[in-house]
Amino acid sequence: MRISTFFYTLRQGFRNLFRNKWFTLASIATISACLFLFGLFYAIVTNFQHIVKTAEEGVSVTVFFDEGLEEIKIQQIGDQINKRPEVSAIHFVSAEEAWDTFKAEYLGEYADGFTENPLEDSANYEIYLNDVSMQPALVTYLESLDGVRLVNRSDIAATTLTGVNALIAYVSVGIIAILFAVSVFLISNTVTIGISVRKEEINIMKYIGATDFFVRSPFVIEGMLIGLIGAAIPMGIIYMLYNVVLEYVTNRFSMLSSLLSFLTVEEIFNVLIPISLGIGVGIGFLGSIVTVRKHLRV
Amino acid sequence: MAEKRKKKSTAVDKEIITLTNVCKAYSTGAPALKDVNLRINKGEFVFIVGDSGSGKSTLIKLLLRELTITSGYINVMGYDLAKIRHRKIPKFRRNLGIVFQDFRLLKDRNVYDNVAFAQRIIQKSNKEIKKNVPSILAIVGLAGKYKAKPRQLSGGEQQRVALARALVNQPAILLADEPTGNLDPKNSWEIMKLLEQINENGTTVIVVTHNREIVNAMQKRVVTLKKGVIVSDEEKGGYIDED
Ligand SMILES: Nc1ncnc2c1ncn2[C@@H]1O[C@H](COP(=O)(O)OP(=O)(O)OP(=O)(O)O)[C@@H](O)[C@H]1O
Ligand SMILES: [Mg+2]
Repeated sequence: MRISTFFYTLRQGFRNLFRNKWFTLASIATISACLFLFGLFYAIVTNFQHIVKTAEEGVSVTVFFDEGLEEIKIQQIGDQINKRPEVSAIHFVSAEEAWDTFKAEYLGEYADGFTENPLEDSANYEIYLNDVSMQPALVTYLESLDGVRLVNRSDIAATTLTGVNALIAYVSVGIIAILFAVSVFLISNTVTIGISVRKEEINIMKYIGATDFFVRSPFVIEGMLIGLIGAAIPMGIIYMLYNVVLEYVTNRFSMLSSLLSFLTVEEIFNVLIPISLGIGVGIGFLGSIVTVRKHLRV
Repeated sequence: MAEKRKKKSTAVDKEIITLTNVCKAYSTGAPALKDVNLRINKGEFVFIVGDSGSGKSTLIKLLLRELTITSGYINVMGYDLAKIRHRKIPKFRRNLGIVFQDFRLLKDRNVYDNVAFAQRIIQKSNKEIKKNVPSILAIVGLAGKYKAKPRQLSGGEQQRVALARALVNQPAILLADEPTGNLDPKNSWEIMKLLEQINENGTTVIVVTHNREIVNAMQKRVVTLKKGVIVSDEEKGGYIDED
């Protein structure tokens, strides 16, 4: 194709947009709504996943030993735990370390009054899991071990988090699928109207010897432009809203903020922008090509 | 009768339209064309006349492959139109220029763009378009009105734009279906003179018309249709009166 033909076709595509403004607007609005929701779900789900993942990383099981257990026995227990597939890391905390941490966290300068370590029997293993759902099984196993006095589990109900996460994902996929179908339908309608409005012009084009490709291209471009604009608008809105909402959430629930670690707008948009633009243009292409093939059998 | 017409056999007289025993029946009613035999050479000027409903437009539509024949054989510019592949049709049509009674201009575009449109479609470069469009507008006498929209033009002027659009791609054959049907006598004559001039420059011109006076005055080949049958085909013929 000639460059001049390409630009001509592009111009015609733009013209089509303005020729039936209301349908164009309706289509853009639907795609925008669709991709806005998509972006919203995406931001929520990825943040949620991020939070869960961070939480999971912090989820640990702590194992304390029987009083006066020899070091060699402790070592053996450590080796056994390490062999478990669900264990991602194991960290030995000696009584001194435990005391140091405690002092630093809770006592500060008042710790000077202690001469002996009051946490003599607090040596322990911190065990990190690569799969939180395996936590109960591991705890049962640990409790059955010889020399183990106490098993503490961290209180975050990580499994529930994972469950909620999956539910959100399913619901959002469902809603988005419906919206996509509506978008394709609306674009198809817009293009159909465009074709019927321009029946005469298309006929003349055919008499003059226009190829199918030449006749169809402006409509396909129209569809893709609708998709592109329909994707750009919600991206802009989400970009502007994201930090505002983030700030609000962090201020409002400040006591949670140490627990919740959010993704930055850039981290979200690195993935969201290409996906959304791809989906928008894809919907536009799909909606128009199907219609054009049906109605422009030239 | 069609068969009576002697076919000259010089090199210039290359046959570019051939219809042999062509029948065309629409899904309803009697056949619109019956057993039509017609040969037209390169560079000819042919009037097609006949009563309303005699099949003139049907014949034109067969020639531009808007319709397909029901039986027989039709060849235009070397294309067997009964067998031509769908995707070859655009290439075939680029050999034709077409003008209708109702002009069929793009109302939202000015004269220049209407003519340039035809060049866009066959993917001419901007440079060629800028050269070809003004020169064809000058030929049809509209050089001064290239910015006007169709509604700002008289019928005669609009038909000149349509003519310019049909000619700008330099077709081998110009098909005109009642080009003066909506025009007054003066404008009709001017359009016909233009068609004659175009023909003198080498384009084969086929004109469907009801304009008795013009047909009789111009002394061209006249093919007369009656109820789908060619009843007369004469060099330097005249408009045959209904009896
Ligand atoms: N699309 C169609 N479907 C069915 N019959 C048709 C169709 N088009 C034309 N006809 C019929 O075919 C016959 C020839 O029509 P055609 O349009 O070729 O006539 P014409 O000579 O061009 O007439 P006019 O001078 O009025 O334009 C007529 O009887 C007409 O009713
Ligand atoms: Mg007719």
